[in-house]
Amino acid sequence: MSNVNPDKLKASNRRAGRKHGGTVLIFLFLLILGIFMVLPIWLMFVNSVKPVNEMFIFPPKWYTLNPTLDHFKDTYRVLGQMWVPFSRYVWNSILVTVSVTVLQCVFASMAAFCLAKVDFPGNKIINAVIVLALLYNSNVIYLMQYMVMAKLHMINHMSALILPAAASTMGLYLMRQSMSTVPDAMIEAAKVDGAGLFTICWRIVIPNQKPALMTMAIFAFQGAWNITGGTFVYDESLKTLPTVIQQAAAAGISRQGVTMAAAVILFVPPVLFFILAQSQVMETMAHSGIKE
Amino acid sequence: MDHPVRDQSTIGVRSKTEQRRMTLRRIRQNREAYLMMLPFMLLFTVFTVIPVLMSLPVGLTDFDMATFPPKWVGLSNFYNLFLNDSIFIKSIRVTLVFAVFTGPISYILSFLLAWLINEMSRPLKVIFTLIFYAPSMASGVYAVWQLIFSGDSYGIANSALLNLGITNTAIQWLTDSRYILTVVIIVQLWVSMGAGFLAMRAGFQNIDPVLYEAGAVEGIRNRWQELIYITIPGMGPSLMFAAVMQIVSAFTADIVARNLVGFPSTDYAAHTIMTHAFDYGWVRYEMGYASAICMILFLAMFGANRLINRLLGKYMD
Repeated sequence: MSNVNPDKLKASNRRAGRKHGGTVLIFLFLLILGIFMVLPIWLMFVNSVKPVNEMFIFPPKWYTLNPTLDHFKDTYRVLGQMWVPFSRYVWNSILVTVSVTVLQCVFASMAAFCLAKVDFPGNKIINAVIVLALLYNSNVIYLMQYMVMAKLHMINHMSALILPAAASTMGLYLMRQSMSTVPDAMIEAAKVDGAGLFTICWRIVIPNQKPALMTMAIFAFQGAWNITGGTFVYDESLKTLPTVIQQAAAAGISRQGVTMAAAVILFVPPVLFFILAQSQVMETMAHSGIKE
Repeated sequence: MDHPVRDQSTIGVRSKTEQRRMTLRRIRQNREAYLMMLPFMLLFTVFTVIPVLMSLPVGLTDFDMATFPPKWVGLSNFYNLFLNDSIFIKSIRVTLVFAVFTGPISYILSFLLAWLINEMSRPLKVIFTLIFYAPSMASGVYAVWQLIFSGDSYGIANSALLNLGITNTAIQWLTDSRYILTVVIIVQLWVSMGAGFLAMRAGFQNIDPVLYEAGAVEGIRNRWQELIYITIPGMGPSLMFAAVMQIVSAFTADIVARNLVGFPSTDYAAHTIMTHAFDYGWVRYEMGYASAICMILFLAMFGANRLINRLLGKYMD
């Protein structure tokens, strides 16, 4: 943002009424709400390291002085007893998560750009269909998807986990909405310079859409990370981490601790990705400028 | 030689063949656009559009997933739902209460939070966004809420109330039909800062700070004016996205309730339309009936979407 004069912005902030008193109140409001949001998650972490003998005392404690990794070890022990080595599940999960995230970001960005900014015959219909598909929610779809996949010989194959998730309507709609705010003038200018749609999309529009792109990446990662084989794959060697961790959580000795440990294991990767993606957004917004 | 007199009304109106030729030309001109959409549209068609189209007629049949072809029963599923299924009628009420309490509240809260967070310094932005979005990432966290609302005195909520002397007996949060819906709504609100919230955050981030500077020059006096004249118009599409996501999550809420208060819940106190569809689909294997339920839900969501479209209409492109 080389063209923003910091002094001017500060002055405008002052004029716009950004005073300290209000900020403190707002901060307090956010803090109280934040505590409500965080407490259950804190409790999840505490209980995953709480020794069994501390679990059933009254009143229940919000902390533990003797943290233990027993529940994690229990989970790992159960996982170690499966037919397939543990690393196989980890690898499957990484494969599914990475391919879904990358494919979705690439495919949906291109499609969203065309739907938002190119006037081609069929544009209106496709846009309407996308919203309808988002709203349509039927428990028979799963069954029909299975039938389609069976026809395509995809059942019990990695592609059954990856390809359906790669075309997420939600991601597309998010990108389309965000890209519709890109000024037409910017695209026209690039066209005059002789750039094709593909170049305009990847060189000009998408670099300006980092916030939406990273948001879509977060959704994609999170969705893909939580993909369980379901009925689409049945070979043990094709299953993903969430599938087996949930199985393990149901088999532990001290159920509660192991359930929490499993929840923690599944919670951490999306959070790390979230932090990574969000900090990307902050960086880029510091030096991008869209002007009418 | 006479020139044929053209009928006045056809001047400027292109004939059908002419129109078709125009369209074909535009399709050819936009070849690159179609190519760019191809990968997504191919997968979307195969895994979403075709299954959706296949599922449409199921609501008009009696289908137990074993007998093929399913028996055609016309509209009798719908007829039974409204006239003979008192639990369905109850589930409509539960869904509406649920949607009214969770939908608008979390929509407004999402917007408010996204806005407030946007005014913070950089590291705080990431931290607070994470705090509010974290529940949406914690997929296995129902166990924690079961702990909090556990019916014995070891439950967090009960032990707090007992300690403070507000009650002297443990409250059965998850099985007493007086409390179930409230508890489920609280937990649903807790997980509701999801896709919509994050999209709004992105919407705020996408607004060029230069616009604020320009606004200040042109006489914008306070934050509210800034919000109304610059921010909201600049992020209208993100608001629309968030609204659609909110409609979907408010109307199809079911997983929170089923994990938290069990299925079926006491007196069907947390029995939403989606739970009803789950019941008939995956417990009783009456797919035709379940499908009819989903169809009604879809129509309700479609209506809600039209309504919100009209409300937010001026910000749409």
